[in-house]
Amino acid sequence: MNNTLKNRLIDSGFKYFAIFCTFFGLIVLAIFIIQILIEGVGRIDWGFLTSLPSRRASKAGILTAWTGTAWILGLTALISIPLGVAAGIYLEEYGKKNRLASIIEVNIANLAGVPSIIYGLLGLEIFVRTLNFGGSLLAGAFTLALLILPIIIVATREALKAVPKSLREASFGMGATKWQTIWYQTLPAASGGILTGIILALSRAVGETAPLIVIGALAYVPFVARTPMDEFTVLPMQIFNWVSRPQHGFIVNAAAAIIILLLITFVMNGIAIYLRNKWQKKVNW
Amino acid sequence: MKRTGEKIIEVALSTSGLITILTSVGIIWVLVSESFSFFQVVSVWDFLTDTQWTPLFTQKHYGILPLLSGTFLVTAIAILTALPIGISIAVYLSEYAPKSFRKSIKPALEILAAVPTVVYGFFALTVVTPFLQSFIPDLGSFNALSAGIVMGIMIIPMISSLSEDALYALPKSLREASYGMGATRFQTAFKVAVPAASSGIIVSIILAIARAIGETMIVAIAAGQQPNLTADPREAVMTITAYIVQVSLGDVQHGSIEYKTIFAAGITLFVLTFVLNNISFWIKKKYQEKYE
Amino acid sequence: MKHIETKNVNAYYGENHVLKDISLTMKANTVTAFIGPSGCGKSTFLRCLNRMNDYIEGFRKEGDIFIEGEDIYDKKVRVEELRQKVGMVFQKPNPFPKTIFENVAYGLKIQGVKNKKILEEAVEKSLMKSALWAEVKDQLHKSALSLSGGQQQRLCIARTLAVEPTTILMDEPASALDPISTAKIEELISELKENYTIVIVTHNMQQAARVSDKTAFFYMGELIEYGKTKDLFTHPKHERTENYITGRFG
Ligand SMILES: Nc1ncnc2c1ncn2[C@@H]1O[C@H](COP(=O)(O)OP(=O)(O)O)[C@@H](O)[C@H]1O
Ligand SMILES: [Mg+2]
Repeated sequence: MNNTLKNRLIDSGFKYFAIFCTFFGLIVLAIFIIQILIEGVGRIDWGFLTSLPSRRASKAGILTAWTGTAWILGLTALISIPLGVAAGIYLEEYGKKNRLASIIEVNIANLAGVPSIIYGLLGLEIFVRTLNFGGSLLAGAFTLALLILPIIIVATREALKAVPKSLREASFGMGATKWQTIWYQTLPAASGGILTGIILALSRAVGETAPLIVIGALAYVPFVARTPMDEFTVLPMQIFNWVSRPQHGFIVNAAAAIIILLLITFVMNGIAIYLRNKWQKKVNW
Repeated sequence: MKRTGEKIIEVALSTSGLITILTSVGIIWVLVSESFSFFQVVSVWDFLTDTQWTPLFTQKHYGILPLLSGTFLVTAIAILTALPIGISIAVYLSEYAPKSFRKSIKPALEILAAVPTVVYGFFALTVVTPFLQSFIPDLGSFNALSAGIVMGIMIIPMISSLSEDALYALPKSLREASYGMGATRFQTAFKVAVPAASSGIIVSIILAIARAIGETMIVAIAAGQQPNLTADPREAVMTITAYIVQVSLGDVQHGSIEYKTIFAAGITLFVLTFVLNNISFWIKKKYQEKYE
Repeated sequence: MKHIETKNVNAYYGENHVLKDISLTMKANTVTAFIGPSGCGKSTFLRCLNRMNDYIEGFRKEGDIFIEGEDIYDKKVRVEELRQKVGMVFQKPNPFPKTIFENVAYGLKIQGVKNKKILEEAVEKSLMKSALWAEVKDQLHKSALSLSGGQQQRLCIARTLAVEPTTILMDEPASALDPISTAKIEELISELKENYTIVIVTHNMQQAARVSDKTAFFYMGELIEYGKTKDLFTHPKHERTENYITGRFG
């Protein structure tokens, strides 16, 4: 066989292999989702959504789990959004060249690489024990807020960076102060990108299990949380608990709960992608 | 008035930034102080060389090696799965695929990283393990292999996305030089583009390794809970993260030595990921300097 | 009467010495044009006049600048108030991505004006002055980005006028516009002169000749020649000036 022909064969051979690779992960995910749907979708009904956990698989529901997830989502958002956006603004608009800002920057890059379970150990010592929150929603929300803070900060910075300089100059030229310029011009112009980052970060928090296990969130909580100081469980915890049981009924429950969890995750990611596309179009003024 | 207002705002904003520093200080302080009292009971030497990890048994051994080997085994399987696929994707997207395809497939691949890990754990336990058992008969129902493979699928987008960025950033002229000499796309990609983008690709691999080492739920669900000093992927193993989960689920007394073991395990994990992350920062920085 | 006076102004970006000993005065209600090859420091000097360079890293200035008798770099001066008095129009039209109304009202809003009536009046008055009112009066609440480039630039002028400055700095305000829009801007400058002191940077010699009373020629950070526009263009005193205005370099 001549050399050129061989090279061309390798070339197109690789091409098809690579196309296969590109879709491999997605195909596997699709197979898995279909499996889960087959297994779990029949289990989802009103009773499943509104029942408390139970030792009998057929009677158990996810009421405490999804309300716990909703609580955690809300509280984590309340804590992490103002802190993350504020820190992002500081780094991008104020601290360009000072030492504090560059230390914070290196630090954030490191925090982003810390495994989530380590945040659990931090939360256990600081929020659960030292601040005495116990295994409460508040302890969980603070722990997850610290975990997603780097994501929000980085997204805020990226979004602010994309705002053209001319917009800031126009505002300064009108006699606006730095903060007025940020508040009335830069931040609104960057809001699409910031919001995208926030939603992605929160969707990450919704899916987290490990740090919550470490801070002592419980798998079995027989009541719906009413205050941030209540004990709680969340959907991923409930899934983990059910997966760990041998009876098939609980595996079915886990599959059904996974459908709900994936639904939440995909909807949040979908919104984020939609916003990102919309915002990217708008940014080219 | 205005000036004081501006100053107050700046201070408030920088305080938010300081919280991230407090977080780091908090993590290090918590890990160091708790494992310090652990190491007053167990010698560092025993911790690093004992080949058994049985803190919850009556015959107590505190050797981290089985947990490390479990962690590395699963990580190796994950990287072996993700690396060829991830690099192929990166090369395909940057060298072969039309721009529009590249633009729409990248966010789709990100979905793989957005799926909660507890879901992947379920997948590994209930789908992948039974599937693998059909042709590996002596595969246990908890094993390193399926946890590693599923973890690999999860980290594909990490490798593909960062590597693709590195490839895409290469100047066009580099490829044209190669095409001009009659090279195929495959040759251009692997003889010119991949070597030129190697530092970026290596960074992506290191970050993927760090991510795999710190991953918890997949291994806690599917790899078993047995500290096993083995390199056999068919066996059940326990990773550092899975051990922390095991202890956290039980009734361990605060202040007891068992309680402190999770911090000793935690600091080991932290050091590993910290070193890997910083190697990647260092490579990235060096590489940027080269091109600026 | 001296409206603007600069004394031995030197400016640096890091090590780069970009303005060398610039001393000149400008009278009230006149138009002064800055001309010179690109990179000679025109924009830098213009931006010194309302301290827009303050935020640029590594920027440093020496010498004094007085506007209406006040040392604008004095510690007591509020830079925000200075910029309300000395407005600026940029090379590329840069309206805020908001409505036309909000663009013009912005300057007053940040000063704390909330009264709707006052804002509406100010918006109308400013748009009239910038000769844009007739074109946009029915679409005040449409996005400013929907306007044409020339309209956007006149909107930026209106926005500046709304805070009632005494001085308007324009950095090549027409360089991104088509000839018709350019003519409109030039016409506007001539009208505004009655009430404002205007400084305009331009690389278009005809434009300088048409709109300005006095012209300053800069070259490599130095002020080579400064005088009545008519004189400078007909009898330049320096060879460099002559070479530049006759198009032999630049
Ligand atoms: N933000 C900046 N940072 C560093 N150097 C600058 C900056 N802006 C302008 N310069 C430099 O200062 C000199 C004068 O620039 P400028 O005032 O913009 O000239 P002009 O407006 O006459 O074209 C040029 O050499 C330019 O490179
Ligand atoms: Mg200029």
